[in-house]
Amino acid sequence: MKPRIGFFDFTGCEGCQLSVLNLESEFLELLELVEFVEFREVITGNGGALDIAFVEGSICRDDEVVRLRTIRERSRNLVALGACADTAGVNALATASSPEALRQKIYGCETPLLKTFPPSPLSDFVDVDARIPGCPIDGREFLAVLQALLMGRPPELPAYSLCVECKLAELPCTFEHGEICLGPVTRAGCDALCLRGGDRCRGCRGLIDAPRSAPYRKILEQNGLSVDEILREFRTFNVIDKGRS
Amino acid sequence: MKIEVRHLTRIEGHAHLIVDLDAGEVRDCRLEVVESPRFFEGMLVGRHINDVAAIVARICGVCSNSHTLVSLAASEAAMGIEISNQTKRLRRLLAYGEILQSHLLQLYFMAIPDYLGVNSILPLAKTRRDLVSRALRLKKMANTLCQCIGGRAVHPVTLRPGGFATLPTPAALQAVRKEMVAALPDLEATVDLFLSLPVHPFERETEYFSLAPESGYPLFGEQLISSDGVDLPVQDFRDGVKEYLVPHSTAKFARLTRNEFMVGPLARYKNGAARLSPMAKQVSKALGLTLETVNPYHALRARLVEVVHCVEEAIHLIDETLINGLSDETPAFDIKEGRGCAAVEAPRGTLFHCYEYDESGCIIKADCIIPTGQNLGNIEADLRALVPQLLELPREEMTLRLEALVRAYDPCISCSTHLLKIDFV
Repeated sequence: MKPRIGFFDFTGCEGCQLSVLNLESEFLELLELVEFVEFREVITGNGGALDIAFVEGSICRDDEVVRLRTIRERSRNLVALGACADTAGVNALATASSPEALRQKIYGCETPLLKTFPPSPLSDFVDVDARIPGCPIDGREFLAVLQALLMGRPPELPAYSLCVECKLAELPCTFEHGEICLGPVTRAGCDALCLRGGDRCRGCRGLIDAPRSAPYRKILEQNGLSVDEILREFRTFNVIDKGRS
Repeated sequence: MKIEVRHLTRIEGHAHLIVDLDAGEVRDCRLEVVESPRFFEGMLVGRHINDVAAIVARICGVCSNSHTLVSLAASEAAMGIEISNQTKRLRRLLAYGEILQSHLLQLYFMAIPDYLGVNSILPLAKTRRDLVSRALRLKKMANTLCQCIGGRAVHPVTLRPGGFATLPTPAALQAVRKEMVAALPDLEATVDLFLSLPVHPFERETEYFSLAPESGYPLFGEQLISSDGVDLPVQDFRDGVKEYLVPHSTAKFARLTRNEFMVGPLARYKNGAARLSPMAKQVSKALGLTLETVNPYHALRARLVEVVHCVEEAIHLIDETLINGLSDETPAFDIKEGRGCAAVEAPRGTLFHCYEYDESGCIIKADCIIPTGQNLGNIEADLRALVPQLLELPREEMTLRLEALVRAYDPCISCSTHLLKIDFV
């Protein structure tokens, strides 16, 4: 029997699931290899035990915790799909103010559906077997992680920083244009896509396993930037002290 | 009898469809939007103009390009930044790519299964491989266009206030053009497919709202119009569109002249069909779409007409871009305080962003109005009118019809719960 896989989403934009659907050239082969049993965006129906659950989005409501635990119980492997599930992603920005203050500001009232807590990564509530970082994920990395899990070996992510890929692409250092870049501490694996597109690294893939802060601080000082500025930048996609980043 | 479809599938985001019937009388009928709110407008406060577009793109994976485009336009309006004709052409190409991406995903992956009696098109990979391959080819064509201009299909990276950080190469544009021309037979087959699918009977006239077709079929623009005679500059849209909160939803509803109105492909079609491309006009005729239609199920066919329009227009626009040549322009502008609003026709309808900046170029206040939020009231009104007409049908059939109606609007719940702001009364 083909391995059964499912896709689930919580608080997020569904861009990571879309990136899976965007694997047009590989999709038919993928269908030969695994059975997509749950994928609310494109399939009606659900149920049963799963070999792999790919879960997108952050958790920020009690009912979401319950739903996540149910998915965990019936899945042999659970994978955090994308930044929101892995590090809280762009939802991390909401942690800068309290949910009460934001709710009052945006909706101006209280109803049960609006009762949220600060967006958190999946690993705060359940065991996560593997993670695919990025906002959105890179389709090729999804395929690599899927392949590893199907073959029963632990998926590996690059352990080096984005600067490696940026240098290989022969791009000028972003700091040279006087802009902040999170490349030195961010996990590689995106092939420096944003930098190739003329943007800086905003750190959507989370921190490398052992970031070295001393040399980084030196780069910042050399470029006249403060730790506060860098933290502000870091908070766009990451919650400080959260997740396994 | 109670019909309850929890976590309605093949739509973007989380919503429950609830219909409560008592002896043939509709007691309750609602689309419960249960997705967690994300407070983007609050999150934007204090962020610099150079960060805003990258953050708001994350409101929605399916329409990240539309959010990026309207965000840049609003920021540029706030600071009085002019953009070049080259930038206008490239942004327009990206807007076409966005509509193609979203419409093709909706038509093939979300809508068609309802009419082919399957729960998804994925199981058809064996029995209808031609159809599934065609769907994937068309989707790829749309993604190639977005990737070429924006650097990535979801959450673009090349766009900046004032212009672009990097430009597509002529070779990349030519390759996209080739793929789009090659897609024409696939589009023909898609039209044939839709001609073979039934359009469920149902009529309910409503108010149809979109950008005015001043400079072509509604896409970008400064003026808004509706079938009830609304004629409003985008800067003043708050005078027309009024949002309100309902207890069963984390998305806000909205009203215009009447209690509810429609945005999206069918509204644009009714307001701007005269400005469709020649091929799109032919397809619209072949599909039997007319200006008189008031059947919301027709939104599917209007979506297909727009797909053809966008492909034809994009091919011409790529030619125009190549003839004019691409030159490096460094976007430069002065940071100043100001307020600006902009609108764009996103795949699901008119999308508004409004920003207020302080003198250091950071957001003081952000306000975003999402197409799906504008459509929610209309969807519920349709459901209330439709349910009594379906009482003869078996329950399962009735549920399918109602689900298909909701899907015809292609609601995008992630969007609608993530950017809502209320003026409390």
